[in-house]
Amino acid sequence: MAEMTTADLTVVAGASAAVPGEAMMVADKLTRRFGGLAANQDVCLTLERGKLHALLGPNGAGKSTCINMLSGDLPPSEGRILLGGKDITRLSAAQRSRIGIGRSYQRTNIFPGFTVLENCRLAAQSRNPRPWKIFTDALGLSDTVDRARAAIVEAGLAGREGRIAGTMSHGEQRQLEIAMVLATDARVLLLDEPLAGMGSEESAQMVELLKGLKKNRAILLVEHDMDAVFAVADTITVMVNGVVLESGPPEQIRNSADVQTAYLGEGHV
Amino acid sequence: MNPQNSSRIALVLKLVVLAGLIAFPAFGSSFYTEMVAKILILGIFAMSLDLLVGFTGLVSLGHAAYFGIAAYTVALLTPKYDPADLWLALPASVLAAAAAAFVIGLFVLRTKGIYFIMVTLAFAQMVYFIFHDTALGGGSDGIYVNFKPDASIAGWVPFDLNEPIQLYYFVVVALVAVFVFLTLVLRSPFGRVLVGIRSNEHRMQSLGYATFHYKLAAFTLAGGLAGVAGFLYAVLFGFVTPEYLSWHQSGNVLMMVILGGMGNLAGAVIGAFAFIGLQEMFSDWTKHWQLLMGGVIVAAVLFMPGGLSALPRRIMKKVNGERENG
Amino acid sequence: MDFTTFLIQILNAMQYGLLLFLVASGLTLVFGIMGIINLAHGSFYMIGAYLAFALTSMTGNLMLSIALGIPLAFAFGALLEWLLFSHLYKRDHLEQVLLTYGLILIFEELRSLTMGDDVHGVDIPAMFSASIPLSDTLSYPVYRLLISVVCLALAAGLWWLMQRTRLGMMIRAGSHDRDMVQALGIDINMLYRTVFALGVALAALAGMLAAPISSVYPGMGGSVLIISFVIVVIGGIGSVWGALVAALLIGFADTFGKVLVPEFAGLAVYLVMALVLLWRPEGIFRKG
Repeated sequence: MAEMTTADLTVVAGASAAVPGEAMMVADKLTRRFGGLAANQDVCLTLERGKLHALLGPNGAGKSTCINMLSGDLPPSEGRILLGGKDITRLSAAQRSRIGIGRSYQRTNIFPGFTVLENCRLAAQSRNPRPWKIFTDALGLSDTVDRARAAIVEAGLAGREGRIAGTMSHGEQRQLEIAMVLATDARVLLLDEPLAGMGSEESAQMVELLKGLKKNRAILLVEHDMDAVFAVADTITVMVNGVVLESGPPEQIRNSADVQTAYLGEGHV
Repeated sequence: MNPQNSSRIALVLKLVVLAGLIAFPAFGSSFYTEMVAKILILGIFAMSLDLLVGFTGLVSLGHAAYFGIAAYTVALLTPKYDPADLWLALPASVLAAAAAAFVIGLFVLRTKGIYFIMVTLAFAQMVYFIFHDTALGGGSDGIYVNFKPDASIAGWVPFDLNEPIQLYYFVVVALVAVFVFLTLVLRSPFGRVLVGIRSNEHRMQSLGYATFHYKLAAFTLAGGLAGVAGFLYAVLFGFVTPEYLSWHQSGNVLMMVILGGMGNLAGAVIGAFAFIGLQEMFSDWTKHWQLLMGGVIVAAVLFMPGGLSALPRRIMKKVNGERENG
Repeated sequence: MDFTTFLIQILNAMQYGLLLFLVASGLTLVFGIMGIINLAHGSFYMIGAYLAFALTSMTGNLMLSIALGIPLAFAFGALLEWLLFSHLYKRDHLEQVLLTYGLILIFEELRSLTMGDDVHGVDIPAMFSASIPLSDTLSYPVYRLLISVVCLALAAGLWWLMQRTRLGMMIRAGSHDRDMVQALGIDINMLYRTVFALGVALAALAGMLAAPISSVYPGMGGSVLIISFVIVVIGGIGSVWGALVAALLIGFADTFGKVLVPEFAGLAVYLVMALVLLWRPEGIFRKG
């Protein structure tokens, strides 16, 4: 990966030397109400550098609400979000992206008419947009193009730069979704069901990819696929009905009676 | 046909058309020279709108406001018994149009979709009423541009806009300049962001782009370029009326963009030719030519998605398809 | 301004606003329920006015003409929906703009072909031609009051239709969730056709009512269309209640703008819109 170049990025996400286990993003008692209904109630999460934190829960548990609040797509009703110790609760999605928080979407959210390279190039360009250079060919800005290419390779899409994104397979589009986040040089990745709709072979590939991404980044993974979650997660938080039921290392969750009754159900373990 | 070849063919085609435009006054009568000049000006106008509609995904139904503001600016800057200085009047007109677009953009860009269409129309109507109801620009009668702007620089006269042929070439140069300018802008980082906004604005935001600022810049730029067209139009015809900024004018230029196929700069110019060509043809037949024009527009929507410039591609596809099938 | 003049201006503002409400309510319903932007909506107002003129010259009675005109306009709306608008639901806004712009040209030329380009007057029916004296020199025409009363009654009727009838329930369901409507087994095509025809009939009725006071002239559809857009923007798309409040607001802004700053009379309406956009870009009564 290319080194970070923009000043504002270094301020928050990369200020100190990379210390594994250092808390990067903290959700502090996040609450979101829709009408009278609390979709999230006092949710606390900590994302650490070098660790993958998985968020589990049945449908309607509030996982999407939670990730939407962290990414800035949805303002919380109460609570704070910290990045590197700074309060970022009021920042917009675009501002959060610029300080190093990258997000992928559950429903593939790409530029379907553009090539894979252009999808990632736009993502990379957001780090150094130079909009005033209106007479410069965007493809001539090598720092941006190089970063896009590196992200494509890291996400496992090498050799598919010229493909039109919308014509690729579902699994490839999911990979592209990740590649775009990587191209923004995000240090905190919020991944919303990257395995959704994938076949077993594609899933296995994605799990390998996720393992590789952990290094030097903090990852929040919202996912349904249990096997995948237990294979890659360092910490698992289980949500039910908008509240955190239990949080801890995978063994603890696997053996938790509460989680088994409330979520995993009989016969699963 | 590979993309490289087809883009080379497109370039050759453009150069051939340009050569035709340059040679035209030698063959066409002064009547047709003026008409082509008018069409080329509307082509500039249509390209400026295409930047919004075709490339940024902003359907503005009030683009005539900026065209008209520039036209009124040159009219008001022209003294009663003297010409205005071209090198002052042109930039002043363009700046006035861009400034108006910037201010109105601050309001209209707070909305999206259907709201945006309605609000751009309403603000243009507001500008229309400013010129229609007040004595500022002669009210509903309009105002004459008594003298065409003077192009002399410190005594040296590079060209004379009073000469119809020279004015024609001035328009051709402006068209080429705007075309090249927009082509460069669209391949720049800024232009790429606009196209990204058209494709998926939400994703652009989550990638860290402050899309409002980009849209405002595009809106201002498009307003300024519409101003170039408005300036030339006022100079060509020598008078300005509130009809220049009427919503019919906004509707017509939108028709040109769509006829030519959105997101295609050359298409916008083709659209201007097609629109004025149809208008001239129909009005030769009947004084109720708008009936035919309306019919063509309705039929075009129902039966021809993609516009005129998509026609060759669609025909090719059909021919190829039949060959494969047969 | 003395009190009587003030009162007259208030009555004028209400009458103008309520008339605009008739046009805008149909527009906002078609926007809100079918997602269609219809530039030709102002033409229905124009068609209504010309219909009133034509029918009145035949029957000699405006009230009878209106009674005949409403079902005609409704049928015309249903026909138009079936022929053209039903093809627009899945198209993008740009194509809707294009097609309905083409329709405006067609309607205007048809009007020109059949009725000519002259300005026409329509007589106020004899029974409503009186004026109510308010002071020694000032009076208020009964017909204008009648317009306000009819419009208020229609607003109440529309409220009843939306809140209390099965059709209204379907309309409200349709503007929230199309799939739900279909799941309920409602014939969505019929629903759309009815709503569209209702909108056409309301706009045409506004034109018919306005014919005696504004006269009948080419291009009368265009200005009413843009004002209606402003009302829909202020009131919020799909909100009938919002359209009523916004229409009255615009009626007052326009009427008092003309009295207080005649030089910039045309601008007052747009300034109100600009302020609302700053305050609530999605309109005052925009539903979730």
